[in-house]
Amino acid sequence: MGKKSGDDVLAGTGPELDFSRQLSERGVSRRDFMKFCSAMSAALALPATFAPKIAQALDEVKRPTLVWLEFQGCTGDTEALLRASSPTVAEIVLDILSIDYAETIMAAAGNLAEENLSKVVKNEKGKYIAVVEGSIPLKDDGIYCCIGGRTAVDIAREVCGGSFATIAVGTCASYGGIPAAAPNPTGAVSVKEAVPGATVLNIPGCPLNSDNLTAAIVHFLLFKKLPAVDSFGRPLFAFGKRIHDNCERRGHFDAGQYVEKWGDEAHRKGHCLYKMGCKGPETFHNCPSQRYNEKTSWPVASGHGCAGCSQPMFWDTLTPLYRRLPNVPGFGIESTADKIGLGLAVGTAAVFAGHGVVSALRGEDKKEGKKREDMTHDKDRR
Amino acid sequence: MTKIVVDPITRIEGHLRIEAEISNGKIVDAWSSSTMFRGIEKILKTRDPRDAWYFTQRFCGVCTTVHSIASIRAVENALGIKVPPNAELIRNIIMGIQNVQDHVIHFYHLHALDWVDITSALKADPAKTAALAASLSDWPLNSTTYFKGVQDKLKAFVSKGRLGPFANGYWGHSAMKLPAEANLMATAHYLEALEWQKDVIRIHAILGSKNPHPQTFLVGGMAIPIDLDSQNALNADKLAEITGLLKKAKDFVEKVYIPDLLAVASFYKDWAAIGGGVGNYMSYGEFPDPVSGKQLFPPGIILGKDLSKVHPVDQKKIAEYVDRSWYEYSGGQGKGLHPYEGETEAKYSGPKPPYKNLDTDRKYSWVKAPRYEERPMEVGPLAKLLVAFASGHKETKDAVTLVLKHLNVGPEALFSTLGRTGARGIDCLITAQQLPTWLMQLEDNIAKGDIRIHAQDKWDPSTWPAEASGYGWHEAPRGALGHWIKIKDKQILNYQAVVPSTWNASPRDHKGQRGPYEEALIGTPVADPNRPVEILRTIHSFDPCLACAVHLLDSTGNELVRVTVK
Repeated sequence: MGKKSGDDVLAGTGPELDFSRQLSERGVSRRDFMKFCSAMSAALALPATFAPKIAQALDEVKRPTLVWLEFQGCTGDTEALLRASSPTVAEIVLDILSIDYAETIMAAAGNLAEENLSKVVKNEKGKYIAVVEGSIPLKDDGIYCCIGGRTAVDIAREVCGGSFATIAVGTCASYGGIPAAAPNPTGAVSVKEAVPGATVLNIPGCPLNSDNLTAAIVHFLLFKKLPAVDSFGRPLFAFGKRIHDNCERRGHFDAGQYVEKWGDEAHRKGHCLYKMGCKGPETFHNCPSQRYNEKTSWPVASGHGCAGCSQPMFWDTLTPLYRRLPNVPGFGIESTADKIGLGLAVGTAAVFAGHGVVSALRGEDKKEGKKREDMTHDKDRR
Repeated sequence: MTKIVVDPITRIEGHLRIEAEISNGKIVDAWSSSTMFRGIEKILKTRDPRDAWYFTQRFCGVCTTVHSIASIRAVENALGIKVPPNAELIRNIIMGIQNVQDHVIHFYHLHALDWVDITSALKADPAKTAALAASLSDWPLNSTTYFKGVQDKLKAFVSKGRLGPFANGYWGHSAMKLPAEANLMATAHYLEALEWQKDVIRIHAILGSKNPHPQTFLVGGMAIPIDLDSQNALNADKLAEITGLLKKAKDFVEKVYIPDLLAVASFYKDWAAIGGGVGNYMSYGEFPDPVSGKQLFPPGIILGKDLSKVHPVDQKKIAEYVDRSWYEYSGGQGKGLHPYEGETEAKYSGPKPPYKNLDTDRKYSWVKAPRYEERPMEVGPLAKLLVAFASGHKETKDAVTLVLKHLNVGPEALFSTLGRTGARGIDCLITAQQLPTWLMQLEDNIAKGDIRIHAQDKWDPSTWPAEASGYGWHEAPRGALGHWIKIKDKQILNYQAVVPSTWNASPRDHKGQRGPYEEALIGTPVADPNRPVEILRTIHSFDPCLACAVHLLDSTGNELVRVTVK
């Protein structure tokens, strides 16, 4: 099975693959599935020829287990997942992942639910993926979030600590988010800070774009490792470029055409929202290309500025929402968050460094991230 | 006497714990506790009031529009801003589709597994299932092939031996009463609703960029411009797409949700006598007419299940108590504080984790106890419908009467677990049927040349008074929601939200009166204390939303240290 060429898979001439069969049992045609894999390749910024490889990688994995923990969250990331934009197939991919614990959707409650979680932790140590939504309060011994009589930090240390990898979904789990906004009443921190020993991939956003989560999981299945990240622990495939540089309204910024009032002619004609407080110039996220709800829209396209929700501590550093950013340079498309972001968003970097996460990133990922970043530069220079 | 604990209560938003005492197979006492706290209202202090909607939206990602609405209404109330009719209509559409989508998700994905046995669906006869479904509605998917397909998928899933989120469910429980065919029909619609919900909520993305957390609300209006000649505004193309999605929403509610609800309810009529609760109901009313401001669903209060009288709602009569909640009042215990004057400091006094039981004789929750004239009030679709029904609202009267007749029960059946679940369906139906009207009104306005979406005046804080205060109400999918704001020197001085699940999930108060969840659990039968699915039925009938319910207002006046970009 592993020796089959990509063309065979695409042409559908080879013997049925396990995964493809599972899909067809769920009413999904191979064509739909390949379409999904192509979409995933695009999300991961991979060449289209990777699509058959993704199909193959998914096929070879026997429903790895995923547990979804929610702590100081609002369930917005869970809801985002329910709106995944390659929905039928995404649902099935997740189904194929065997979601053994997810409070919002699981049938069992109380002890019966906790039993499901402890089974995974005990029987699949080091093999399962943990997803965390929401921040983790550390103040006063963590009593601001308890589940089943245990603190969030206690649960996170056990579950994330024993996972193959942990994916922090949304800005709260990634960086502390709104609970950690000043004055951070509960001592809320990110997953990485609460469980320093865990391997954590951050997929921020408020909520995250579920396509980025699906893409990260596929990346993990395909390459057997987490994707390269920037210094904020975010995958470069989704957070490698600045919104401002990919914004559909960038031409209006460069031409000096700005919205001045809500509903004015410039607003109606889709001019730049910079003067209305748009934080696109300081925000790294693939919203302009990936969009939301089956690629229907994203904030700027619907007339409201970007809030900077994928930036660490944006609640403090990029508010007020409607205050225009100072000193936005006209160019800088060649830069990633690590270069321009740190220089621009001084407040962000300072707060983030203060949380001690930068140093906690894994060495290997850093190296990988560096390589990818260099490649991006080469391409841009050409 | 056995004391049991259900923690976590799953298939809800947030973190909820129920402790209950059982005697002779029935619950004789119960305690509702929220075990998570963030303190967002404390975080709001000193910030720009125009930002509050974006912060409070994060109270909850499930009812993802409701706090934005209540927040902008509160600020508009404080500053005396009247928004243009188009903005009111766009808000009505956004609120309406939220209500419809949220209720359907609740029924199928959060509540159904309390009543529906998925494993029993494996034994169903697809032809009989199709016949059953066809007898209920003319939904095009009511065919043998379709149900056979769903059953085959289900069999394949189960045969893999890993049930994922369905593991350890209440399968084969003695309280499960549906015949196999009804179970298969409901399971098929569980999957179908999963597809439907992400389609219809695209209306939020069209009008407001994304869902969850649409980014489009503005104090004074909405951020989506209107221009028929622009690609970057609400134009005919987008209006047509919304029209199609509203039809899809209405069709599913009329032909799938309501028939399923009635079919399931007819097998669980004993639950029309269980889960009554406190018997006081409050609704703030909703869906203002864009010109007159008159609400489609009227506001009001019903006391002691007496439908002969509807009392007016007066916000001054609301107060919150913390005698049994993990907070401290400077003026001591036993006194309730109005949201404007609210004063709260978090002070945990519960057991040190890990713990087995809370000290339910003392303080035991992060939820405060809001009371109306010292009475606990139930809020939610049932309260909304009872108020509308008793006020003589025609659409509500007709729908309620029809449902009661169909199930062959009297109005007293409404005061129950089943009544709550049924009311949610009726609310969903009326809203789904009303939604196209708001879109047509919007189109009429545009046709007349009105493209205003924002009030413009008072956007600039320099036009504001030195001090202002106001409140904003919204009848959210889970019930009466209120935000109160005090503004001083263009900053938030105080912010307080009293939300539906605060009312419903409230612990006991200064008088020892139970909150609505707690009261509703009294008398609920529990056949097997190790698998207390009956507790889930009554609790889920309220559609809990706990992240919303817990909040904190800081009145200590501490200077906040904030890092800002210059």
